[in-house]
Amino acid sequence: MAMNLDLSNASVIKDEQGRPFIIVRDQGKKKRQYGNEAVKSHILAARTVANIVKTSLGPRGLDKILISPDGDITVTNDGATILQQMEITNHVAKLLVELSKSQDDEIGDGTTGVVVLAGALLEQAAELIDKGIHPIRIADGYDQACDIAVAELDNISDVIEFSKEDTSNLVKVAKTSLGSKIVSKAHDQFANIAVDAVLSVADLERKDVDFELIKMDGKVGGALEDTLLVKGVLIDKDFSHPQMPSEVRDAKIAILTCAFEPPKPKTKHKLEITSVEEFKKLQTYEREKFIEMIKQIKDTGANLAICQWGFDDEANHLLLQNGLPAVRWVGGPEIELIAIATNGRIVPRFEDLKAEKLGTAGIVREMTFGTTREKMLVIEECANTRAVTIFVRGSNKMIIDEAKRSLHDALCVVRNLVKDNRVVYGGGSAEIACSLAVEDAAVKTPGLEQYAMRAFAEALDTIPMTLAENSGLNPIATLAEVKSQQVKDPKGRGRLGVDCMSKGSNNMKEAFVIDPLIGKKQQLMLATQLCRMVLKVNNVIVSGTGEDDF
Amino acid sequence: MSSFSPTQIFEEGTTEEKGENARLSAFVGAIAVGDLVKSTLGPKGMDKILQSASTGDIMVTNDGATILKSIALDNAAAKVLVNISKVQDDEVGDGTTSVAVLAAELLREAEKLVDKKIHPQTIIEGYRIASQAALKALEASAVDHSKNPEAFRNDLLAIARTTLSSKILAQDRTHFAELAVDAILRLKGSSDLSHIQIIKKTGGKLSESYLDEGFILDKKIGVNQPKRLEKAKILVANTSMDTDKVKIFGARLKVTSTGKLAELEKAEREKMKAKVEKIKAHGINCFINRQLIYNWPEQLFTDAGIMSIEHADFDGIERLALVTGGEIASTFDNPEQVKLGHCDLIEEVLIGEDTLIKFSGVAAGMACTIVLRGATEQLLDEAERSLHDALAVLSQTVIEPRTTLGGGCAESLMAKAVEHAATRIEGKKQTAAAAFAIALRQLPTILADNAGLDSGDLVARLRKAHYDGMTTYGLDLMTPGGGITDMREMGVIESYKLKKAVVSSASEAAELLLRVDDIIRAAPRRRERH
Repeated sequence: MAMNLDLSNASVIKDEQGRPFIIVRDQGKKKRQYGNEAVKSHILAARTVANIVKTSLGPRGLDKILISPDGDITVTNDGATILQQMEITNHVAKLLVELSKSQDDEIGDGTTGVVVLAGALLEQAAELIDKGIHPIRIADGYDQACDIAVAELDNISDVIEFSKEDTSNLVKVAKTSLGSKIVSKAHDQFANIAVDAVLSVADLERKDVDFELIKMDGKVGGALEDTLLVKGVLIDKDFSHPQMPSEVRDAKIAILTCAFEPPKPKTKHKLEITSVEEFKKLQTYEREKFIEMIKQIKDTGANLAICQWGFDDEANHLLLQNGLPAVRWVGGPEIELIAIATNGRIVPRFEDLKAEKLGTAGIVREMTFGTTREKMLVIEECANTRAVTIFVRGSNKMIIDEAKRSLHDALCVVRNLVKDNRVVYGGGSAEIACSLAVEDAAVKTPGLEQYAMRAFAEALDTIPMTLAENSGLNPIATLAEVKSQQVKDPKGRGRLGVDCMSKGSNNMKEAFVIDPLIGKKQQLMLATQLCRMVLKVNNVIVSGTGEDDF
Repeated sequence: MSSFSPTQIFEEGTTEEKGENARLSAFVGAIAVGDLVKSTLGPKGMDKILQSASTGDIMVTNDGATILKSIALDNAAAKVLVNISKVQDDEVGDGTTSVAVLAAELLREAEKLVDKKIHPQTIIEGYRIASQAALKALEASAVDHSKNPEAFRNDLLAIARTTLSSKILAQDRTHFAELAVDAILRLKGSSDLSHIQIIKKTGGKLSESYLDEGFILDKKIGVNQPKRLEKAKILVANTSMDTDKVKIFGARLKVTSTGKLAELEKAEREKMKAKVEKIKAHGINCFINRQLIYNWPEQLFTDAGIMSIEHADFDGIERLALVTGGEIASTFDNPEQVKLGHCDLIEEVLIGEDTLIKFSGVAAGMACTIVLRGATEQLLDEAERSLHDALAVLSQTVIEPRTTLGGGCAESLMAKAVEHAATRIEGKKQTAAAAFAIALRQLPTILADNAGLDSGDLVARLRKAHYDGMTTYGLDLMTPGGGITDMREMGVIESYKLKKAVVSSASEAAELLLRVDDIIRAAPRRRERH
């Protein structure tokens, strides 16, 4: 690439013999690419990224091991996680990472699909560029095609019914999302956990789900099947004094965010002791303060204190003596969760403690695990039943982390359905339907965009093809078969997909492989937007860092 | 222009292994780890010496988790195996070698299947069916004796003996099994092993180790204080006995003259004295503190005829509170509210060359002490690890009292069940399920190999025995030449929870690794140059 030097800072010098030569300032550090070459190299980078996650797509997709710079291991199937932990340095590749991240933030699932789709779109664009079509025209064509595809999604979408009592449909959707993950070992259980968790915090009237109320905790040991949903709060703490009772029934909880210490003013101050009297006075003050604090808690009728801060040995012992079990160093988010779950109020000052500010819970108990002395506190039968905790067990750290990620995805899918209960069918059936719709529209479109739209349709086909490939089927034959079936049978439009699990039927409606409509829409729109962004860039100047910078 | 070469999207130094290569690296790593610890399995397994590269310290051990924890591994799959072994240690305490070996064997079989072009996901499906069948068979074979205390105690003894037989304590396993069972039964169902204190003292023989009914604290009694105390009333405390700081934030002393300083110092001393007075008011004759006791308060205690023991660490304090039935106190204003601990006798005892404090005739007998004697540090360390394994397994068995049989019997039983289940599976999954059975059967094979016996013959005989309906038969590795015999009669019993954890963790780990088709290793973090 010697010809691509950035000559803006160059100067011409002559050597002793009078021969001129050019010096480019910081030549080694400046890099520049422009024109189609830049676009092509970007497309290549994006395709490389897409190819990495491609094999994770679908129920038979495989996992990746990612080793961080510190040697930590992540084993995952989740597209967003793979991309985020890959430590990518290429700028365009980073855009794809962002893409999957925004899908993750917005929808929570389909993070792999969006990257594969974007990769396919760019791959098709590369061919069009070779034909001499201007990148912007391609992007325009993609936009038009995307609109048609999204309209088609609306067209083929179905509404699924569910209620608090009848959750069978939601469970099936959760199962689709979990199918590609390692937790499919305990498929039904995890799907049920996800649905129960979402429904217990969901506000069906407002169609809103507050994820803050769902907490996920994991502990190694046992098997994935031992994972359970706790209707309450679980905190990784134990009672502050080893001799406090390990179970409190009908708990009235004082939730404190002030330390068990003599109060101190916020402004910076100094207290100077100059005489013996003062010294003694301070001692009595200190002692009385502790007694007063305990009394204040006692007076409200509380029988459990949960404190965000620590308290010293004396306070600890006084609490024990007064039969007041206490938990210290409970983190901020957990304090909030406890307050919500128990309908209590967070009290920042001892003076503000009142009986009505106490939280209530049916039972607070310590759980012990295995042979080490690890303990956790479970707060159950809370006043407010909406807060739940999912407690994940598994034989090793990596499996638990992956189970948590998978559950998160499933939770998101169920939440999306609570928000909007329109669905499309999975297994590539929706993509095939869109692809057909775009093809139809393409021939009716005059101008260069027609090519771009046809390319868009081709790119959509990549999803079912990848699914088929990952399942060990012949991708081209499978796609051709399914596509022709969809055209022939209008009832099967958007219903027939790739039979990944070799069930013998490719009707996705019967197999109940469904995805939320908004998730699919989002995938198409995000991928198209990204393509436009990549195609528009035709000049890159990197004022790179030199080798000796660190 | 490396960052411009389009396919290079990673930082320099990042490596990526794809498809077959990734799978190969996962298999090879896991199998290597399995082979590494394989030879320690079973009663005739051998130990390993681990030498630290930095300090040169030597450790001799037979414990799978300890070995794996100590070696630095770079392979991702190997790390997963180390992790499951560690979790097994935390959860059940023993079977740490078995779980790594079984996972490795499962992957070894999987590798063969992948070579036959079977999709990893198909293998996983087969393994899932197989592991469910295995666990069901295991559960069906488990026996619960917890209703009958006598039989249960015998079960526990047998389990302890089985666990210990593969360790350094094998020679004295009956003795140590008794020790461990007695200690666990004293806990009365609690699984908190920190209540059992293990004190190691070099010298003497392993068989001279004993369980002390009372409680031994590895500390000194204060100077000039009674060395023997009968009918002791004990206050267990966690309070500072050096200088009692004023805890009000920002307080500090400022004096204008030396006279004032002296006064303040006096006031400080007065304060400490007042504290000691308050402690005395509890009517105690023994004071044990978690923190330091300075000379001055110690002297005050001596004057009052109170025995004081300083610097008992946190576990010590908790155990003491448990055995003596007292509470850990930090304030001393209300003597009538504080529960004091009691014991009949406190005295200094001599173990080897060290003096320790012994509390006998304690009120509540939950905690106890095991004193280990042995020739060398390494021996004692290994003995402690072995005993810990036994204690851990026993404590878990008290919670989950079902038992199964060892000596490869449970594995053969499961293998048979899996084979049976495999014949009813349609499709390629069948091969995978059958492979699971082969992996299970590898465990008795390794047991026999390690004992230097003809594994092929023995395992075949065992298999036949199981198919003939003799479901309690296992390998007899103790008699010369080996053989198969009834494990229940031999008393080779293992905890059901342990076996269940081994099978389920190993299959989970195998599944995790099988699913991998890509390994991306980020460039190692650069060390900052200073």
